[in-house]
Amino acid sequence: MSLLEVKDLSISFEITDGTVNAVNGLSFDIDAGQTLAIVGESGSGKSQTVFAAMGLLADNGTAKGSIKFGDLELIGMSEQRLNKVRAEQIAMIFQDPMTSLNPYMRISDQMVEVLMQHKKMNKSDALKESIKMLEAVHLPDAKSVIRRYPHECSGGMRQRIMIAMALLCRPKLLIADEPTTALDVTVQAQIMTLLSDVQKEFGTAIILITHDLGVVAGSCRETLVMYGGRVMEFGKTKDIFASPGHPYTKGLLSAIPRLDTENAELASIPGNPPNAMTLPKGCPFAGRCAHTMDKCWDVMPALEPFAEGTRLRACHLPLEEMN
Amino acid sequence: MFANTKKVEEFAENMASVDTVKGRSLWQDAMGRFLKNKAAVTSVILLGLILLFSFVGPYFAQWTNEEIDWSTLGAVAEKGRPSIESGHYFGTDDLGRDLYSRVIQGTQVSLMVGVVGALIAVIVGTLYGAIAGYFGGRVDSVMMRAVDILMAIPYMFILILLLVVFGRSIIMLFVGIGLVSWLSMARIVRGQTLTIKNKEFVEAAIATGVPSFIIILRHIVPNLLGVVVVYATLLVPEMILTESFISFLGLGVQEPNTSWGALISDGAGTIQYGTLWQLLFPLFFFVVSLFSFYFIGDGLRDALDPKDR
Amino acid sequence: MSEAETLLRVEDLKVYFDIRPEGAMPWTKSLKLKAVDGVSFDLKAGETLGIVGESGCGKSTLARAVISMVPAESGHIVWLGKDLAGKTGDAIRPVRREIQMIFQDPLASLNPRMTIGDIISEPLWTHHPKMKKAEVKLKVEDMMRKVGLLPNLINRYPHEFSGGQCQRIGIARALILEPKLIICDEPVSALDVSIQAQVINLLQSLQDELGLSLIFIAHDLSVVKHISDRVMVLYLGNGCEIATSKDLYAHPRHPYTRLLISAVPIPDPSIELSREVELIKGELPSPLNPPSGCVFRTRCPKAQPLCAEEKPKMEEKSDGHFAACHFPD
Repeated sequence: MSLLEVKDLSISFEITDGTVNAVNGLSFDIDAGQTLAIVGESGSGKSQTVFAAMGLLADNGTAKGSIKFGDLELIGMSEQRLNKVRAEQIAMIFQDPMTSLNPYMRISDQMVEVLMQHKKMNKSDALKESIKMLEAVHLPDAKSVIRRYPHECSGGMRQRIMIAMALLCRPKLLIADEPTTALDVTVQAQIMTLLSDVQKEFGTAIILITHDLGVVAGSCRETLVMYGGRVMEFGKTKDIFASPGHPYTKGLLSAIPRLDTENAELASIPGNPPNAMTLPKGCPFAGRCAHTMDKCWDVMPALEPFAEGTRLRACHLPLEEMN
Repeated sequence: MFANTKKVEEFAENMASVDTVKGRSLWQDAMGRFLKNKAAVTSVILLGLILLFSFVGPYFAQWTNEEIDWSTLGAVAEKGRPSIESGHYFGTDDLGRDLYSRVIQGTQVSLMVGVVGALIAVIVGTLYGAIAGYFGGRVDSVMMRAVDILMAIPYMFILILLLVVFGRSIIMLFVGIGLVSWLSMARIVRGQTLTIKNKEFVEAAIATGVPSFIIILRHIVPNLLGVVVVYATLLVPEMILTESFISFLGLGVQEPNTSWGALISDGAGTIQYGTLWQLLFPLFFFVVSLFSFYFIGDGLRDALDPKDR
Repeated sequence: MSEAETLLRVEDLKVYFDIRPEGAMPWTKSLKLKAVDGVSFDLKAGETLGIVGESGCGKSTLARAVISMVPAESGHIVWLGKDLAGKTGDAIRPVRREIQMIFQDPLASLNPRMTIGDIISEPLWTHHPKMKKAEVKLKVEDMMRKVGLLPNLINRYPHEFSGGQCQRIGIARALILEPKLIICDEPVSALDVSIQAQVINLLQSLQDELGLSLIFIAHDLSVVKHISDRVMVLYLGNGCEIATSKDLYAHPRHPYTRLLISAVPIPDPSIELSREVELIKGELPSPLNPPSGCVFRTRCPKAQPLCAEEKPKMEEKSDGHFAACHFPD
């Protein structure tokens, strides 16, 4: 049985100028201990998807469909029960660690509080456990760092501390929303290595949300490519990178310069990122695609399996004509 | 392979053939949001009516504000009541002067004090604060310490002293209020300037070689105006209150001129003689205008800074 | 390449900032933050020099020092034979016409209260105040076409554009005076991947068309390698290595460069999963109190006692490949 199962999820926001459909009919699932990357540009709805799962949508947003965590339906769950799930089963780390660290509390107090509340530990046990967890995320000198305030730590340290806090209750699922976007490459390499170590050690499933295909390549078994609130393609990461099944994925892969090869000119995707207010009736990528046909504007292609059912793609263009 | 790029091309051509499109500035956006705020729009209408009243009102008056209706003298409580027949729509004061005319005259003075005070604050405070904030360093230190010193002086005391020494006149009142009204504006503007000055568009202007003074006027001040406008609308009632307080103490405008504060003071003084209208009419205008200004200020803040809500 | 004239030569440039310790008395001496501590490089006409480094390495400060937006503590900035260091105000204004800048945050670099026509034409008003309105408009429209914007959008405001379009506006503003050098400070790092490629391609084609020189500052090594002829690596305000981009990535001589390159993920699972990533140890030292000798020695896998005693000089290790290291790879 899958750990998290998202079915036909739609998210819309009411704003003054009308309704914005951020996510449309999204479905995916992730098994326990697995890694899934959700890749997309700004406006693709990748963050809103996990915000919906965590019950963190803004007040003007509504989610329809189903997000099942084991047997629990997360959509429409009461705030109180959701809080318990959030604290003990699903943890989330953000791009900016300061959003989940209280600047006025010592790191030790923040970590101990979590353990005392949810694991009913006493204070000294909780402190010991916290230090152990900081050591598990390879934070040097954990015993003294834990006594600091968040602003006394560097960006990389804060991200480690946040990962340690997220892991305190041994969650089954860790959602990482652009965890390394604000960090330098050398620190990014440290954090990504750490995440994969953590996954091996604790058996946590990880959903990694990112726009960086390089990070995805090294860390996730499966990849979900989103554009304009819809799934474009889903499959094993190595399959997608080796032979992208959607013009958008293909364009994205050839648009990034690589360190290991020489590319004279980058193949760019024309046009601008999708605006959720003005999406066409059909495929959201129609306005930028090199293969657009008449029906692309009017009919959203269904997400259909191919390659013996191991991969999914949503495109009118026959697979054979992809190259 | 490019099965249907035609549609995209057509689309692009259509866009290109359109004449120059008019942009929607941030001000226009803000105006749209402001107009959706019912309380603020109602306040604008009310304030407009009060303003209209202070200009058109005199044409309907049957008495000037200086004439004394001798017939009511000595029996103001009975004969000085508000009535259409006697021509005293708002009644008379305890000296038999027409309250309707006096309220109009007081409205003019009070609004003028408020607007002039706020205007001085806007012009002097904005430029002063923007210059101090933009140049920073020593210039900033000297300029802001000067503001601190001026602020440290008990200004009500200075104002009263000025009015006592140089005599009570509207001009003196303006001078006194103008001297102090810009201080807090300068502080607010300086703080805002410090944030705006680090924005990349200011750096871009510096990199291009735009002279400092033009950067302040073209890049800094327009981006400050949101804050300035909001603060100015809140400053108007503050100025009116200050003037009223001084007039209430008996140091404000000189008879036969009057202001809301002076009228309310008079009305409060004669309340025990059963002439409640002497208090209520000026008080009504006073309270309605103050509330209106505050609601407008609130509405402007929400409209200009939608993120802060 | 070697015959091309040298546009810009920076020699031993130092930029220090005064930092007041918290709660200090007015008379206590302020601390010196060494943002740029002795950087030298040169730039030829038509060349692209990439500058990479992590946050806090002083790359943005270096760019601002080159155009005299921040004062240099010491050193020389020689622009076409004239030393700009220490010059301010009117003395620098004619040079500002020839060096323009593109910024990181596309939207923040445009004044939200001005139409894009006004934004793009501002450099023209500043340096050619007598130019006729019609001529300015013609030039602006022409430039908008060049950077891929429809000229009928001239009266729009920045917030009505997407990030990529805003960056095009920024480029148009930088190009309108026909400068010789454009300094790009992280011009694509705030943009989506698909838009990044558009902007990079645009910059490259404009460079070919107009014969521009570029200083391209970024933290993304892949992007810098793609666009640059030569690359300089900075660490904690010090230059580590300068070489042609191909040479630098193929044979890094400075240990920091090697670790930096190793940290960049390759977007290809077949390579990335089998690749051994060499992690850099420790934390970035404070620029208020940098290590003695070589600034990288505290984190360097090859550090020796000599590294603490003597600061390595930037020396030519092989043809056109400079590195500042006592024990180069």
